[in-house]
Amino acid sequence: MFDWLHSLYQTSALPGMNLSQLVQHGFNALTLGSLYGLIAIGYTMVYGILRLINFAHGDIFMLGAYFVFFTTVAFMPAGVACFFIAAAFYVIHGIVRGFRRRPPLPVLGLLLLFPVCGLYFTFLAPASFQLPWPLALITAIAAASFCGIVVDRIAYRPLRAAPRISALISAIGISFFIESLSVVLFTGLPRPVLQPDWLMTPMLLAEGSVRILPLSLVVPAITLVLVLGLLFIINRTKPGLAMRAISRDIETTRLMGVSVDKIIALTFALGSALAAASGIMWALRYPQIHPYMGITPGLKAFIAAVFGGIGSIHGAMIGGLILGAMEIIIIAVYPQLSGYRDAFAFTLLILILLFKPTGLMGAKLEDKI
Amino acid sequence: MLEINDLHVYYGGIHAVKGISLSIPQGQIVTLIGANGAGKSSTVRAVAGLARNTRGSILLNKATILGRDPEEIVRAGIALSPEGRRILPHLTVEENLRLGAYARNDKPGITRDLEWVYSLFPRLRERLWQKGGTLSGGEQQMLAVGRALMSSPDLLMLDEPSLGLAPLLVREIFSIIRQINSQGKTVLLIEQNAFAALSISNYAYILETGKIALHGPGQELLHNPQVKEAYLGA
Repeated sequence: MFDWLHSLYQTSALPGMNLSQLVQHGFNALTLGSLYGLIAIGYTMVYGILRLINFAHGDIFMLGAYFVFFTTVAFMPAGVACFFIAAAFYVIHGIVRGFRRRPPLPVLGLLLLFPVCGLYFTFLAPASFQLPWPLALITAIAAASFCGIVVDRIAYRPLRAAPRISALISAIGISFFIESLSVVLFTGLPRPVLQPDWLMTPMLLAEGSVRILPLSLVVPAITLVLVLGLLFIINRTKPGLAMRAISRDIETTRLMGVSVDKIIALTFALGSALAAASGIMWALRYPQIHPYMGITPGLKAFIAAVFGGIGSIHGAMIGGLILGAMEIIIIAVYPQLSGYRDAFAFTLLILILLFKPTGLMGAKLEDKI
Repeated sequence: MLEINDLHVYYGGIHAVKGISLSIPQGQIVTLIGANGAGKSSTVRAVAGLARNTRGSILLNKATILGRDPEEIVRAGIALSPEGRRILPHLTVEENLRLGAYARNDKPGITRDLEWVYSLFPRLRERLWQKGGTLSGGEQQMLAVGRALMSSPDLLMLDEPSLGLAPLLVREIFSIIRQINSQGKTVLLIEQNAFAALSISNYAYILETGKIALHGPGQELLHNPQVKEAYLGA
């Protein structure tokens, strides 16, 4: 009667699996899930406020990976990255204090200092120069975050009053634009990313029977820190309060004196920063980057966001973790099916949309009072 | 303090307000009365900066505010408690109130006003950590008024604060409006409950199909035979 179950077990990789492999698969699942979750949060935040699927989100993920490639391998002069930092400072200041007001002296100083440093790195520093890792990461994340704000500014803000379908078409358009522009600027050649040795040297646990890459511990840890930071901003700060209010009722929130466009820009900045962080860690794990690398993880993270309940940040993270785990389990248990890993995710999307379109944590769609 | 001159508001192809002029002196309670669709809400929405398609002029202390964004108008000192209360149901009572103070940066002032709102509406203090959506209709109305007060406005606009409330609560709300006014806030009140509104107003305007049909001091209109027949049901 259960013959089919038995043969299912026999054809899987389970009989031959040992503890070490099991632990490794577990960490792989956690890592992949964290990376999906970080991207999914950006989708869900933007959707929560604008009811828009930001299709360019996967491209921000890709840009994050490229920016860290530039700042570490120093293909593009680090100076250009410095310019991005200065610009990001300016924009963040603008969001917080208003663009019309003159930035305070420290910010002006940075605005001057960074281009000067940039010129130095570009023309005078030795060619092998590379930014130290922490600085490289912050630079890349800030630059990608800035790109997220620019995407909103040029592709979505002019269409705020337009029908939602227009913004959706614009989203698809800007996504193709970023990908094509990246091919032009960075060429379509896959690039190698520098992997710091300490991340890639396996650690031996349980008397050498279990091997884990430090990277598989670092990714979930960084993800946890970033998500906690985001939740702090959303739940404990004034702009976070405005974000939560806007997601429910834009007009009333404006009546309270909230500049909606600034809060939306902040939403894009935060979501893009998380996507960039994910892109960087993705590049460390799969160290080949190319302009189209963001499409598949982007779509899968979108599935994760829908799965978790679009609009819910917890849901996006949980959806990402579950999707990552399911993908790894399928590949680990049935290696012969690994060619179908993408098809599996999309099948999941169709099933969710058919049977539980609001997702795991999705609120019931209530009418506004 | 607020002067409206020949204001027109178009709303989705409808000419909702057809050239009204009115003035609201400092420290008074002024009421707009009228049936559904008379243009009351469109008028206050235009003052608050929410109506996009407008013509005419609105001056706050002689500075024009028509065409400015709602967030600027709040900072200029005008707050609106909108029709239907529009409290944010997923935020707590305190968060709703703090959102009302979003435009301000003076912490001591915000704390003081928070205390003031809680003293006006002690029931809100009891429900501090409750989500706005779990409040009763009357409590939600109190929250909406309190939230508007949190921006420390000079002019407080209340759009139908008595709508859908039990008679006892209506009386309570009106007595609190008078209390707020006695503390120096100018009030622009929109009402269908003409009797209660006229009794506490210094001056009132009656709107019919987008135009001012009648205006005068509140007590005078209360005894006007036309008004009695059309709005007071006597």
